[in-house]
Amino acid sequence: MTDSLLSMILLAPIVAVVLLLFIPPTAKKSIKLIAAMATGISLLMTIYVYINYDNNLGGMQFMQSIPWISDLGVAYTVGVDGISLPMLFLTNIIGFAAVFSSWNINERPKEFFILLLILLTGVMGTFIAGDLFIFLLCYELVVIPIYIMVIIWGSTKRVSKEYAGMKLTIYLLIGSAFMLVGIVALYLQAFPAGMRTFSIAALSQAHLLGTLSQSFQIIVFLLLLIGFGTLLSMFPFHTWSPDGYAGAPTAVSMIHAGVLKKIGGYGLIRLGLLVLPAGAKFWAPIIIVLALGNVIYAAYVAIVQKDLKYVIGYSSVSHMGYVLLGFAALNTISLTGAIANMVAHGIMSALFFAMIGYVYEKTHKRSIDKLRGLAHQMPRIAVGFMLAGMSSVGLPGLIGFMPEYTIFLGLFKVYPFLAIIAVSGIVFTAIYILRVLQKILFGPRNYGFDAIPDAKGPEMVPLFVLGSVLILFGIFPQLLLGMINGTIAPLQSFLQALNNEPSLLVVWGGIW
Amino acid sequence: MNIYILYPEITVLLLTLLIVIMDLLLPVQETRRSLAYIAVMVLGCLFISLFYQYHFGISPYFYNKLFYFDNYAIFFKQLFLLAVIFTIMLSLDYADDLRYSGEYYAMLLFSLLGMMVLASANDFVTMFIGLELMTISFYILAAFKNNDENSSEAGIKYLIMGSVATAVTLYGISLIYGAGHSLDFNVLAAETRFFVPLMLTGIVLLIIGMFFKLSIMPFHMWSPDVYEGAPTPITGLLAMGSKAAAIAVFIRILFVAFLHTANYFLPVLAVFAAICMIGGNIAAIKQKNIKRMLAYSSIAQVGYILVGFCAASPQGIKSVLFYVFLYIVANIGAFAVLTVVDKQNKGTDDKAIAGLSKSAPLLAMVMTISLLSMAGIPPTVGFVGKLYLFLAVVEQGYIWLAFIGFIMSMISVYYYLRVVKVMYIGKANNDYINVSAAIKITVIISMLTTLLLGIWPQYLSVLTNFAAISFAL
Repeated sequence: MTDSLLSMILLAPIVAVVLLLFIPPTAKKSIKLIAAMATGISLLMTIYVYINYDNNLGGMQFMQSIPWISDLGVAYTVGVDGISLPMLFLTNIIGFAAVFSSWNINERPKEFFILLLILLTGVMGTFIAGDLFIFLLCYELVVIPIYIMVIIWGSTKRVSKEYAGMKLTIYLLIGSAFMLVGIVALYLQAFPAGMRTFSIAALSQAHLLGTLSQSFQIIVFLLLLIGFGTLLSMFPFHTWSPDGYAGAPTAVSMIHAGVLKKIGGYGLIRLGLLVLPAGAKFWAPIIIVLALGNVIYAAYVAIVQKDLKYVIGYSSVSHMGYVLLGFAALNTISLTGAIANMVAHGIMSALFFAMIGYVYEKTHKRSIDKLRGLAHQMPRIAVGFMLAGMSSVGLPGLIGFMPEYTIFLGLFKVYPFLAIIAVSGIVFTAIYILRVLQKILFGPRNYGFDAIPDAKGPEMVPLFVLGSVLILFGIFPQLLLGMINGTIAPLQSFLQALNNEPSLLVVWGGIW
Repeated sequence: MNIYILYPEITVLLLTLLIVIMDLLLPVQETRRSLAYIAVMVLGCLFISLFYQYHFGISPYFYNKLFYFDNYAIFFKQLFLLAVIFTIMLSLDYADDLRYSGEYYAMLLFSLLGMMVLASANDFVTMFIGLELMTISFYILAAFKNNDENSSEAGIKYLIMGSVATAVTLYGISLIYGAGHSLDFNVLAAETRFFVPLMLTGIVLLIIGMFFKLSIMPFHMWSPDVYEGAPTPITGLLAMGSKAAAIAVFIRILFVAFLHTANYFLPVLAVFAAICMIGGNIAAIKQKNIKRMLAYSSIAQVGYILVGFCAASPQGIKSVLFYVFLYIVANIGAFAVLTVVDKQNKGTDDKAIAGLSKSAPLLAMVMTISLLSMAGIPPTVGFVGKLYLFLAVVEQGYIWLAFIGFIMSMISVYYYLRVVKVMYIGKANNDYINVSAAIKITVIISMLTTLLLGIWPQYLSVLTNFAAISFAL
């Protein structure tokens, strides 16, 4: 029973998709209810897994493995550890919220919810896959539903939705082409013919066997970095992200900014660091520099944006910089912070996009100049904005504080000078977040909006669910950090061993 | 002489003659659907019976090893049967409008016979007979729409270009015979004097002839026009059957007859594979007619298949077989949709397919999945196929080829998604498209196969491994 629990979490949306195929498109309410039920079931089971995961034991739990393709050495393997379980939880909570934030979709709802559920399945599969083949299958599964959702239900503002959708798709796919070449090379190199396997656990042992030479790891890690970096919107591969989010419908923006990007960070840790440690160590200085580009440059750009979605789009690019910083500092503290920050940013950006979606749906405006005093007419939505915004700034007591603090702590130990620059990014964050909140929420009452209702009924679900997680993990960060730490702390000696590997800095002659 | 191994060919021949005779007996006005149903039944039984012919150990052969009945041949025969069965299924409505629909089915079966002979051919004469039987049937089929300029143009163009290619091939074969004193693949394989100019010229001419048939860039000029002009189901069969048959015999020529020279021509093949993948995909971007787009995309697909050739290993051949199968399945879906659209909306350009997701949601879904399978996006089987191909070729050290392949297949998503976009957000000119039961069955089978094999390819992988061990590489 507990063996197949993860498979059941994965299958619940698929069952709902099959069910939805037979429901007439006019039965809009039943379609939405089925989608809500499927994501709800997945969420409940995920919470069960989360509670029953043994932090002290650490490592992969709830494992299930079935032989899949014999001649490639593929086995359908799923399992969660302290890195993937928070991600799985994040996916399900945002998925559940996304269904409710799309409650008012009345144009072709059947197709919308089918695609949404496929998308969620893909994301979940990526996080729980213990086999690289299954990982790839799910990884690329997500791209096409997003494209169709953007071009049908998206919105055309600064760029047309067709352009936004295609840009997003092609960026991610070309990035994944680099990753695929890297993975093909890794698969062939790691073990001799006849013993080859796609098992991530086995591949993580390959560098100990000495089959992966240092130069090989360096090259393959670069390929993976381009692939995952594009998905993570690493500077300078980030330009798809603000355009894509602006064009996408609310649910897609929520899932994309909330969880999909995190696949990039997750992949870098799971495949980049654990499988190719020498490669990770070599490229770490470059990642840090690019990450500073994310943190500072994207925050700078966010300050001057006029469209709400662009502000949050650039803000998410900026926040992913912190994740990269945490990754590239390569110590247990910073890694814990990076993973926790992915969760934190996921929750708050999903909440942000959900609230923007409501505002746009009700007022048909997204421009910051045209919105003001929303708190007068929509106090509930204003609460959502404030929660997400304060968490983004890093207010203690909300989810955003501890992860960022942990990252800086870890980073300061390795690169004190760069850490100071990175911390200054918080100032920019505060500038653009406070400016937006102040302009759209407060100020004199805008009488034009008097007739517009506040969020109510099903619309409250995303606010309630995401908001409560935001506060819960803010007050009890141990719920999150404890779990991550259970898996990251045993890596201490692994990371220590990396100190002897060369990095790009050595090549540069240590100018830093 | 164990003549029983000819039983698939004999069955198809008898079936063809039966259809020709019955066509004469039926009154002129009556529909020829009954003939099609008979053909589908018989071919279906033949398809299933071939599953029982896979064997371990020495393969049966006929007449001094000129005609092999190994697992490899059986696999390809099944593929051809599959392609022709579904072509007949999706021709049902289409053929009713043709003036000579009885002959239409007979010609389809003759081309099938040619393909089946090709799959087994182990010497140049048998190969030539199969090749001509197939292509001559296709010349006629391409021009089958009476009073249609494009169709006649396609037929004539195909005839002229095809004849030139045939002449080149035949000349190459004659030179090979002059140098090697034999036409038998096995005898030629034992021949050691390869590096006489006569032999090399012969091989080069033969390969050029095959490149024409496979429409490999830069020998592809005929294919977009022929694809566009030919009746839609025939375009489908051209893309699936004729290419698969040419690949079947090409593998035998390269890896049986000229195995010793393999090291010399494989780098050349790698270059042509790269040209096809880049050129085909880039040329496809600008096409507005879906059939023309698929013509260029099929050039790219053959490029991917050539990648598997370059591996020159059992894994490489296995990956080719795997890819040919999924390519045929994807094309069945795509051309079934195009046939319906062509009949109901009179055309296969963007305007005809616009808004298909509203007028026929099933067809739009199948088209999307088929195109994604060609692009190699999971969870379709196209992804697994490409993974097999590139794993095989990277193992031989051609990592640059895998690089081009992966990047180009992601670029191909651009024009495939353009079709998806037109289908999903274009404005429909027809509120409702009537889809016949035969088409529904065809597309559902194609779609489920593409998806199921994409998630769980174990059986196909075992079967293709089994077929690929026929080669001693």
